[in-house]
Amino acid sequence: MYPTQEELHAALVQRHGAAIQVRLDHAAVGIAGLGGLGSNIAVYLARLGVGRLVLVDFDVVDVTNLNRQHYTTRDIGVPKTLALLEQLEAINPYLQYETHTERVVPANAARLFGGCDVVCEAFDRADQKAMLVETLLSQLPDTPIVSGSGMAGHGSANIMRVRRQFGRLYICGDGVSDIADGVGLLAPRVALCAAQQATMTLRLLLGEREP
Amino acid sequence: MTIQSLLQALGHDPQRVAVERNGQIVPRARFAEERLCETDIMEIVQFVGGG
Repeated sequence: MYPTQEELHAALVQRHGAAIQVRLDHAAVGIAGLGGLGSNIAVYLARLGVGRLVLVDFDVVDVTNLNRQHYTTRDIGVPKTLALLEQLEAINPYLQYETHTERVVPANAARLFGGCDVVCEAFDRADQKAMLVETLLSQLPDTPIVSGSGMAGHGSANIMRVRRQFGRLYICGDGVSDIADGVGLLAPRVALCAAQQATMTLRLLLGEREP
Repeated sequence: MTIQSLLQALGHDPQRVAVERNGQIVPRARFAEERLCETDIMEIVQFVGGG
């Protein structure tokens, strides 16, 4: 039996409490990149009932993504924005999903994410992470950024942390485990970083500023 | 000393960092031009790959 909007919202209120849910209902979060980090972050935020999600990725789903990204074999060859949208609408069809199948660059970043309360950096390349953080901290100086850096390999989960820098940048992960060292990305450790980013986003939306 | 030379001395790749000087973000296009003085407070964030 398919839930109405009221039924689904009431279920969220029952689980989260009304005071928390009303803040999530009216929040907007941007996710730059819908790969190992972004696809997982999006699922967590949709389950939370965040009112609006801005989802940006230029790429299509590849078989090599399935080891950690929130896609299935049915999604191979499909743009990530579309494949993810289908999943999110099955989780909560009553949220606002704004998708952009394009590459984030300095010239479009502020336009794409200008209306967001929080932006999650979810790229895979270190230089792209640096570019996005620099661009958004300059052009949207009041918008907190939650980034992921250091999640490769099978090191301990206990060294994955959230660090606050520049006052409004929150960096999740262990900060050091780099794929450039020939170490791969493994699903649960990537999901740990994504969950840290989603948790920090939740905290920011609820008025917390510290990790 | 410029920001560029500071990054070099610290072993940071300028393409993979974000830098604040006295609380202001410095775009990487200016790394080679910004000359630092002794009272500057620098904050450098280094990113690694994977996501």
